[in-house]
Amino acid sequence: MSEKPPAPSDSELICAKCQLPLVLGKVTANYLGNDFPVDLLRCPGCGFTYVPEALALGKMLDVERALEDK
Amino acid sequence: MDGQQVRDWEAHCIEESPPACNAACPVHVDVRGMMELLRQGDFKVAQALYSRIIPFPAIIAALCDHPCEGACKRGEAGDPIRIHELERACVDAANGFVAAPFRTNKQLAKKRIAVVGAGISGLCVAAELSIKGHRVVVFEAQPQAFARLRDDPRLPAGAIDADLARFAGTGVELRLGEAIALATLTTLADEFDAVYLGLGPTAQPALDGVLALTADARIAIDPLTFATSHPKIFAGGSQRQSAADVLSELPPHSPSQASPHSPRTASPYSPIGSLHDGRYAAQSIDRLLQGASLTASRDNQGPQPTRLYINTARFAPLPAVQPADAQRGLSRTEAIAEAARCFPCHCLECVKVCPFLEHFGAYPKRYVREIYNNETIIMGPRKTNRLIDSCTLCGLCAEVCPEHLAMGEVCLSARQGMTAKGKMPPSHHDFALRDLAYSRSDAFALARHQPGFASSAVLFYPGCQLAASSPEQVEQTYAHLCATIAGGVGLLFGCCGAPAQWAGRQDLFGEVRADFDRQWQELGRPLVLTACSSCYRMIADHHPEVAQESLWSVLARSALPAGAAQRSTALAIHDPCATRHDTAIHDGVRQLADRCGISTVELDGPQLSSCCGFGGLASFVSPAITDRIVDRCIGQNDADYLTYCAMCRDNFARRGKRAVHVLDLLFPATGDAAARPDPGFSQRQENRGRLKRRLLRELWSETVNEPANAIELSISAEVHADLERKLILEDDLRQTIAHAEASGAKLIDRQSGHFIASHRLVSMTYWVEYSLAEGRYIVHRAYSHRMQLESTP
Repeated sequence: MSEKPPAPSDSELICAKCQLPLVLGKVTANYLGNDFPVDLLRCPGCGFTYVPEALALGKMLDVERALEDK
Repeated sequence: MDGQQVRDWEAHCIEESPPACNAACPVHVDVRGMMELLRQGDFKVAQALYSRIIPFPAIIAALCDHPCEGACKRGEAGDPIRIHELERACVDAANGFVAAPFRTNKQLAKKRIAVVGAGISGLCVAAELSIKGHRVVVFEAQPQAFARLRDDPRLPAGAIDADLARFAGTGVELRLGEAIALATLTTLADEFDAVYLGLGPTAQPALDGVLALTADARIAIDPLTFATSHPKIFAGGSQRQSAADVLSELPPHSPSQASPHSPRTASPYSPIGSLHDGRYAAQSIDRLLQGASLTASRDNQGPQPTRLYINTARFAPLPAVQPADAQRGLSRTEAIAEAARCFPCHCLECVKVCPFLEHFGAYPKRYVREIYNNETIIMGPRKTNRLIDSCTLCGLCAEVCPEHLAMGEVCLSARQGMTAKGKMPPSHHDFALRDLAYSRSDAFALARHQPGFASSAVLFYPGCQLAASSPEQVEQTYAHLCATIAGGVGLLFGCCGAPAQWAGRQDLFGEVRADFDRQWQELGRPLVLTACSSCYRMIADHHPEVAQESLWSVLARSALPAGAAQRSTALAIHDPCATRHDTAIHDGVRQLADRCGISTVELDGPQLSSCCGFGGLASFVSPAITDRIVDRCIGQNDADYLTYCAMCRDNFARRGKRAVHVLDLLFPATGDAAARPDPGFSQRQENRGRLKRRLLRELWSETVNEPANAIELSISAEVHADLERKLILEDDLRQTIAHAEASGAKLIDRQSGHFIASHRLVSMTYWVEYSLAEGRYIVHRAYSHRMQLESTP
């Protein structure tokens, strides 16, 4: 059975398909018709963009809530 | 929301009504505020508070006839607070009291006012109008101000001088020993912009022909405005109090409450009554000078009853603190102890029983206004969305409210307004409405006559969450009903629409309601036997044409199932909030328990039952609040709980309370039913689907295969609990992993060897960290977000 491990280290992540380490890149985040440019880790080959849990449940959630209450 | 409706709701909340002491005081001293300060030992701020309302604090503290004490609600639980003694202690020089000078407003255009008589009412008028920036001249026939009070043995030495010192710097001109010839009063009125007469209690026959007089030759004074028959002349004080026809208007006073320092004499003279006249006469004069209405907005003037409710039975009786030195009065320490006896008076009956209302730090009147502002706001954030959606709509507030204000009605109306305007935050009800969609889908929905019957005498409607929690007991109950009821027992699985109604989704609720009606019609309009209290409420409130009876009432009338438990145990019974007024249901469940040998212990009783947190979908919006609601509920009794709502039982179990459903008594399974865990959201869906498929196979002999799950998951208890908190279903994980495995789009953590996958499902992006072992996918972590990402080239 599984247990929740420590969050993955960014530098240890590679894209399974392209076998490339992730690099910071420009990404547009969109919610409820609002766009925000953000820098996120992504695969330089296929563009797979990684959202760590701390971001999803932290700042990203805060912004989602703020937009929902707008 | 309708503005008039909002005002009606606001008017039903009485928390902002004044406490009884404040309401009984002719000038509405903030006694409750003073008591709070004194109990904290903050005499300085208490003195400032008192001096702001009372222009002559040293005199009034000594002489006030304290009608407040007769009204004090502490008197219903011990002695009334000795407010008068506390005021004396408050202004005692030994406690650092120094009356601050009046602060006058120099900015206003000044008018000239003449005051005749330097007693309490006259000098109060002078103080009030000088504070407003007017120039005041006081004419007093006696050689000293407050001449009438100077021989009063209750006044401490220096009290009068201390209070008169407040006039320093105000510009009030005190002309002592200067009598005004009353026959020429109109000349004074010509010379000044307004005149106030504080002439004392004696008859004034000399004014006959100048002003209208009463039958006993006192000035005829309007009790609201203190106007006389002359438009520029006002009067009040003991002149008004001594007139035979106003004695009945005097502030209420109970001689039995009087302290030894201020015995009420047979005289009707009331120092606080005179202060009242001066205060409100000054207000009239100021209005006259500004050309404003003398009569408008004076509803709160003077002593009056209050609507503020306080449940004094909550408090143990306490006697008043007796001063060690009766002549000296309360010492500082004694005053602090006496002030600490003040409750203080607040209603807050609803806030005391509801962690939701408590959480947001105010009370319904404030919430109603905030909710209305939230709906009508044009710019800026809607800060009250979460408050609106955190109410369980359980109705307990209305039960305990002296005015029966239901915050659930307010919140539901607001939710309907939010959805209608497209302003409902999508994250609040999305998960619950997806579960509703599941219940309406082919995976669960079912409407059948009993096998072998072409019609139904009754229709068993177990509700979605009983089937989700205890599918075997739904099956057993159905078999029992089929065996004991003639004429065919139909079966209906689906949704009653409660989640749509609670979410304010009137469109969706209309659809679900129409579905229910159609199925009920197609089954021949049978009597519906409802197991779930929320379903029962929805049908009772929204399907008046549908005849229904609670399953529990029906079962209570017939023989117990063969295997029903027989044990001698005491269980504390928790009634679901949705049917708090349906006594036939309460009785039926208690009879069933009794016949199973259970002695039931009442909590607060069915009417005062609180929600388990499922109501109103609040647990999806503010789980921390609904956890506190459940914890309050399960903390009421140490015994195991008996309930008859599947969500109540499972929520109690989730928070660690041993609880059984009444079906656990009627159809006992092996094992400890009270220790049965909450199945969790994924299992709830799985149980419903599996129940339908099993019944179709076993009762209706249909060929239905179990779906094959290509993705077998392995999830630890810790991760499972985390998924529950995050409202992530195992099916979401399966789809995400399947997508990653099929497309190859995933990350590898080189350190742990785990894969990280993501997948967008409708409005959510799910992330799963997993590994593979022996053909099973071990889930280590999952989370989601709503925001969508797009790579920028």
